[in-house]
Amino acid sequence: MRGNNVLGILFAYVHEERVRELTEKRVMASIPFGGRYRLVDFPLSNMVNSGINKVGVITEENYQSLMDHLGSGKAWDLSRKREGLYLLPPFGAETARTGEKISSLASIQRFLKNSYEEYVLLSDCDIVANIDLKDVFRFHTEKQADITVIYRHGASPDIDRNVVYTVDPEGFVRDMLIKRGSDADCNYGLGMCLVGREKLMELVDDCMSRNLYDFDRDLMQRHLRDLKVYGYESVETAYSINSFSSYFNANMALMDPKVRAQLFRADRPIYTKVRDDMPAKYGLGSLATNSIIADGCVIDGEVENCVLFRGVQVKKGAKLKNCVVMQDSVIGENTRLDYAVVDKNVEFGQNRAMQGHQNYPVYIAKGSKV
Amino acid sequence: MLPKQEVVAMLLAGGQGSRLGVLTKNLAKPAVPFGGKYRIIDFPLSNCVNSGIETVGVLTQYQPLELNEYIGSGQPWDLDSMNAGVHVLPPYQKSKKSDWYKGTANAIYQNIPFIERYNPDYVVVLSGDHIYKMDYSQMISYHKEKNAACTIAVYEVPMEEASRFGILNTNEDGSIYEFDEKPKAPKSNKASMGIYVFSWDKLKKYLTADDENPKSQNDFGKNVLPAMLEAGEKMFAYRFEGYWKDVGTIDSLWESNMDLLNPNIPLDLNDDGWKIYSRNPVMPPHYVAKGAKVQNSLVAEGCNVYGEIDFSVLFAGVYVAPGAVVKDSIVMPGARIEEGAVVQYAIVGENSVVGKNSVVGERPEAMENKDDWGVAVIGPGCTIAPSTIVPPKAMIDAEEVEK
Repeated sequence: MRGNNVLGILFAYVHEERVRELTEKRVMASIPFGGRYRLVDFPLSNMVNSGINKVGVITEENYQSLMDHLGSGKAWDLSRKREGLYLLPPFGAETARTGEKISSLASIQRFLKNSYEEYVLLSDCDIVANIDLKDVFRFHTEKQADITVIYRHGASPDIDRNVVYTVDPEGFVRDMLIKRGSDADCNYGLGMCLVGREKLMELVDDCMSRNLYDFDRDLMQRHLRDLKVYGYESVETAYSINSFSSYFNANMALMDPKVRAQLFRADRPIYTKVRDDMPAKYGLGSLATNSIIADGCVIDGEVENCVLFRGVQVKKGAKLKNCVVMQDSVIGENTRLDYAVVDKNVEFGQNRAMQGHQNYPVYIAKGSKV
Repeated sequence: MLPKQEVVAMLLAGGQGSRLGVLTKNLAKPAVPFGGKYRIIDFPLSNCVNSGIETVGVLTQYQPLELNEYIGSGQPWDLDSMNAGVHVLPPYQKSKKSDWYKGTANAIYQNIPFIERYNPDYVVVLSGDHIYKMDYSQMISYHKEKNAACTIAVYEVPMEEASRFGILNTNEDGSIYEFDEKPKAPKSNKASMGIYVFSWDKLKKYLTADDENPKSQNDFGKNVLPAMLEAGEKMFAYRFEGYWKDVGTIDSLWESNMDLLNPNIPLDLNDDGWKIYSRNPVMPPHYVAKGAKVQNSLVAEGCNVYGEIDFSVLFAGVYVAPGAVVKDSIVMPGARIEEGAVVQYAIVGENSVVGKNSVVGERPEAMENKDDWGVAVIGPGCTIAPSTIVPPKAMIDAEEVEK
């Protein structure tokens, strides 16, 4: 059965400064990932798979690539007469935005007010995970929580930029620390929370009238004492894209069959825009090992530990090792790349060579000609 | 009333395709998987859209469930438009004279009301078992230029093979003076491709006359076209150059898949200007493991390859275990090739499992008697027990395996 009582809100732009290279010409949400996806596909598919059928996507700037990707929302089954996908760009907003979540939410006040869902699920777009949100709703209503935050227990993905929660055995959040991390295992936030719609509007109004704009500090931390804030622990594999190297490592993690099995489940598929490419074509003398390869690729060279997006061409004699190569890039004959992230539509001529390092992969910008 | 459509295409998709054996046991031929991610019907449907034809009727009769589901609203081909689009047309009950589709011509005859809704000038009749990329709009222009009643697309086959085809004998200006069905001594090498453009008023007239003739088999090739020629209608042959293959037999289906791996064969499916659209599975990109060897092959999304692949086409979600070898074969969606199994010159059907150390098919050079050689076929949903030998030319049916 389709439909539940939850409205989805995605912040397409949050934390862009952490991956400057990739977000120069696009928003966080439209960063390509895993051979055929964009980061937004993960939270959006999670929402759709859990029965959410109304999703608003808040964008600030540079959102052309995102609009192109999402289109009418058809690929996520969100192109519908009743509800569906709403793009919420800054134009037409009644309140000026400051690039913080609170003012974004204030600017879509009317959208929130005109929705009839009882709850709102807020999510950033920088987490690659396949999470069963139905279970989060169940938890939230069982606990009669005001706000439920989703966290993961384990080694902090980032030492100094996390929200870390202290959660009691009942799931009640005792304390939350902002811009923290820890060498030891901790409960770090996944940038997702569930809150009552009217409660959210009330909290946003309150923050706005006090000139407070920081979601974590002013809307959550400030209210820890007077609201019932609960923490839901997700045990699913999750990759936080909080730096260029974490982006690279998350792509490389897909070579592990266990990781793929957890992210790409048949019962909760990750949807993305369809491109109608033919299957990948391997030529005579091609050699591919331990690699993720999308449709539309034409491989005549050697590929090892790589993620190749749709439509990538690897010409004869080219050797790619430890690379992420995005859509439609062409690697010319006898070119060698090691530890490189090649953005969309890059052309490598013949006999080029570039080498990065495991913890510092080289980045080749979108549309470059090398 | 619906807005006028200059051209309506009618796609004959109701035949049983019995020569494909187990592959079409529970599936209409146009829905048979092809080329790693397509089904045969994707080719004529995509050709229609790319040629600017927005109204397509698909005539179904045999095992239509999966085909109907696949076509759906027509959205993957952009054929879900408001006033046109793709329509599935099964035979239906009428107040009098209800019947199955008795022949290709009868199928169109029974759907005259569907065609009339669009008030077309031309009707294109297509079949659902050919692999080719063709711009029908050029053929329609030729038809208009010649002011013809009917234009038939022809393909020049090697003269020595001409006796296997329906041959058209033409005058210098391209007009047809004779049909020669599988002639012993062919006068020309122009084989009919089963693609017809008709002026609708003419077609309607001859279909009606054909229906009134109790002796007619209601077939285009056998009855309607000869009747038109006899009556002196202007009929022209339109020469098509490029790749075209009838995939009505196991051998030709296998060959046509293999043609996709041959860089010298002009069937480029990566051509942005003439895409072949299909309903895409929701699966991650494929994974090629360490120790795997993949060459000269097509591999679709969702595959996991640990073994060796050469000259093969793997459809979405296929698993090839470590130590398994797949050569010169077609492995359809969701099939599993277990450890140590060897699959060669074979077609493995959807969701089948080839057990450990089994051997399916044989290389032709290893055969003493070449006449015994042929492509081995494992039907959809079969589980082949470990260490089974499946000989060449075999055709394994899931229901018989269970017994």
